[in-house]
Amino acid sequence: MTETLQPQTPDQLLEVIAWANAENATLNVRGFGTKLGLGEAVEASHMLDMSTFSGIVNYEPEELVLTLGSATPMAELENLLAENRQMLAFEPQDWGWALGRESASGTIGGAMMVSSNGPRRFKAGAARDHLLGLKAVSGRGEAFAAGGRVVKNVTGYDLSKLMAGSYGTLAAATELTLKVLPAPEKTYTLLVYGLDVEPAMALMRALANTPYDVSGLAYVAAHTASLSSVSYVRDRQMSVLGARIEGLQISVHHRLQALKEMLTGAQEIDELRTHNSVAFWQEVRDIKLLPNLAGDVLWRVSAPPSAAASIVAQCQPDHWVADWAGGLIWLHYDRADAGQAEVVRTSVQAGGQAMLVRAPDDLRNAIPVFQPLPQGLATLNRRVKENYDPNGVLNPGRMGV
Amino acid sequence: MTIIDVDHDILAKRDVLISRLEQILPSDCLLCHEDQLRPYEADAQTMHKQTPMAVVLPETTEQVSATLALCNELGIKVVPRGAGTGLSGGALPLADGVLIGLAKFNNIVDIDYDNRCVVAQPGVTNLAISDAVRDDGYYYAPDPSSQIACTIGGNVAENSGGVHCLKYGLTTNNVLGVEMVLMTGEVVRFGGKHLDADGYDLLGVITGSEGLLGVITEVTVRILPEPETVRALLLGFNSCEDAGACVGAVIAEGIIPAGMEIMDRLTIDAVEDYCHPGYPDAEAVLIVELDGPAAEVDYLIERVTALAEENSATSISTSQSEEERLRFWQGRKAAFPAVAQLRPDYYCMDGTIPRGKLPEVLARMSEMAAEKDLLVANVFHAGDGNLHPLILYDANVPGEMAKAEELGAEILKLCVAVGGVLTGEHGVGTEKRDLMPEMFSEADLEHQQRVKCAFDPEGYLNPGKVFPTLHRCAELGRMHIHRGQVPFPDLPRF
Repeated sequence: MTETLQPQTPDQLLEVIAWANAENATLNVRGFGTKLGLGEAVEASHMLDMSTFSGIVNYEPEELVLTLGSATPMAELENLLAENRQMLAFEPQDWGWALGRESASGTIGGAMMVSSNGPRRFKAGAARDHLLGLKAVSGRGEAFAAGGRVVKNVTGYDLSKLMAGSYGTLAAATELTLKVLPAPEKTYTLLVYGLDVEPAMALMRALANTPYDVSGLAYVAAHTASLSSVSYVRDRQMSVLGARIEGLQISVHHRLQALKEMLTGAQEIDELRTHNSVAFWQEVRDIKLLPNLAGDVLWRVSAPPSAAASIVAQCQPDHWVADWAGGLIWLHYDRADAGQAEVVRTSVQAGGQAMLVRAPDDLRNAIPVFQPLPQGLATLNRRVKENYDPNGVLNPGRMGV
Repeated sequence: MTIIDVDHDILAKRDVLISRLEQILPSDCLLCHEDQLRPYEADAQTMHKQTPMAVVLPETTEQVSATLALCNELGIKVVPRGAGTGLSGGALPLADGVLIGLAKFNNIVDIDYDNRCVVAQPGVTNLAISDAVRDDGYYYAPDPSSQIACTIGGNVAENSGGVHCLKYGLTTNNVLGVEMVLMTGEVVRFGGKHLDADGYDLLGVITGSEGLLGVITEVTVRILPEPETVRALLLGFNSCEDAGACVGAVIAEGIIPAGMEIMDRLTIDAVEDYCHPGYPDAEAVLIVELDGPAAEVDYLIERVTALAEENSATSISTSQSEEERLRFWQGRKAAFPAVAQLRPDYYCMDGTIPRGKLPEVLARMSEMAAEKDLLVANVFHAGDGNLHPLILYDANVPGEMAKAEELGAEILKLCVAVGGVLTGEHGVGTEKRDLMPEMFSEADLEHQQRVKCAFDPEGYLNPGKVFPTLHRCAELGRMHIHRGQVPFPDLPRF
């Protein structure tokens, strides 16, 4: 059993990482451990439990800024924001289902470190766009701060961006400062039924290009839609395209009307109001529309939206969902199959990446979880890792760098 | 100020350098005579000037690559430059360095509406990107006030902002990819038309890296559909504090306008004399711009009007036409040249503060200016707390420029002291380099420099900018490892 170390203060964290450097120990960094299993497997001599670094440090709703401990539970944070009619605009995903487990929203630090982004990402930006600053201890065993607590800031290098999405391989963050935004008053969704893949992808791109501020654009194939908890999505036995409109009630009505006028009239349409709308986008965000079977395989593909139809045609998944107007595709296979990975990886060769999220161990161990990087970029990634964690103490191997 | 010590051994290599550059570049891409170098002696931060050994104006990525590889081989420093509109001295040449200008990289490579992006060479101006897609109903959101001249490559290097950052973000939130040539001459692409970073988010640190990591040769930016409606309110107040309180009230209501700009009395009077925008007779003017669907904008105009009344606005006008909206903005856009009429020179600062600290900072700033017997005009992006105090001085009066610089530094220290930052959108460059320790500890700065060490370990690219002390990477903060100590006896472990 791996020993778990739980520092109680930033100084103790510093001591732990310095000690690991001196003793050739390695640390598997975790908050609540809900995302262990995302990325490459980590073999470390010790578990570094960050859960002590929890709690709100400073929240000024009128400044749209919040500083908090990195291990603050996502649920606590989202409740606090909801009480103040605010939100995290990047809509962090609950990775539980995608990783084949129960729902588990984890910590804000975990969400930041894996760059966990929901359906609003194509419009509102990613986790990194909402991280204004942080305090951390690098793999060198040195404490540092980066960024600040104002949005408009170009003072020095933007290490917040580097740390967001670094899977805890460069530094262990103790405190984060986030940009928060007003939550929408209303959330409606326009549903368009029965479109084939190509016209659906084209319509999503067209809707993204309207001035109507569509904040979610997802497409679910017919047999996948049958797995939805929302009856409007589940019961028609047709493919469903969802277009989310959020904001002030008066504006939502106006924009929904404008979108309907864009359609030719040939399509069958419907609307999701508040509760159903929220439920549908949570399913999209957390991949609950896809099955969760023993021995199945889940890929996450990020590519230019115009490539979506071709990627799906090449990959022939058993189930799939397109999000971000086609920029994000979740591919699900009921079982692993020789050659599948090759096809998926090749489908994004013209631009984009495919990440293996869930698979039987033999497949996971046989191929890189992340899309292999071109040589020049791979070299730079390795040099960045060596600069922040020269002895490979933090989450060794997790990003495959 | 000393930017960085001149290396006389390098100066002695000038003839070798020039003859080698002649082999790489067409003759019209290489400038080396004193009169040709003069136009490049500074960017828009003109307090300090320096001509480089040579100016290189390449036309292709291959020429950029060959130039950098040559300089790397000869151990010669390189300073990249876009249009030279930067306000922090980021493109100030080095006497023993080569200046590489990207002005000839001025083509738009690809307009891709399907993927809502434009691929442009770095010398394309910010405005030219919006111009290229405007007829089809799109635009590029970040709009620095120099947008007619500044280049997209420079925007990426500086992470430029503009008046619409509050709603649409800075450059970093709108860049999807870059092609960059490293100091070794190697060409690397970061990002592209997809949204997720490949490996570490290096694009995120390249944006705003001020030319210390590589030379950008292509940029992919996100474009947006133009909003259905744009309207503005022009509000007068009895003080900047009242105007600032109104800004806070708007945001507290959950409204994120496209822009919120405040000008103080001195600025208002200056712009009235300069271009007569018809501003109200007030101590402060606040412009609030709202964009989006017509129904939403009309509704929000009413809400903001009510908030302005509650917050003691002395006058409220609402734009009823595009002409009127542009008139509201005319004074704001002309603020810098208008203020320049008041005194021969002005020095533009760029700190950002938490919005709530505005009254405190304004009051303290006017005290500090009075102590120095200088005038400060205030123009600011109030929505995101980004201040642009314009310190008025006359460089021909002995000692006045030094006094203006001192006051500028004091103002920036004040911004940091109240929880803000040294620069919101202009960059650190040479100008604020030595103030960095006000905001960051030595360890913080060393961790920033780690990025530099990954990209340019020899430190040939744009040294003397951003970092007050540029350590040699090999010596940078050697790790102190103490073996054999008893590890943390008090630590919970299980």
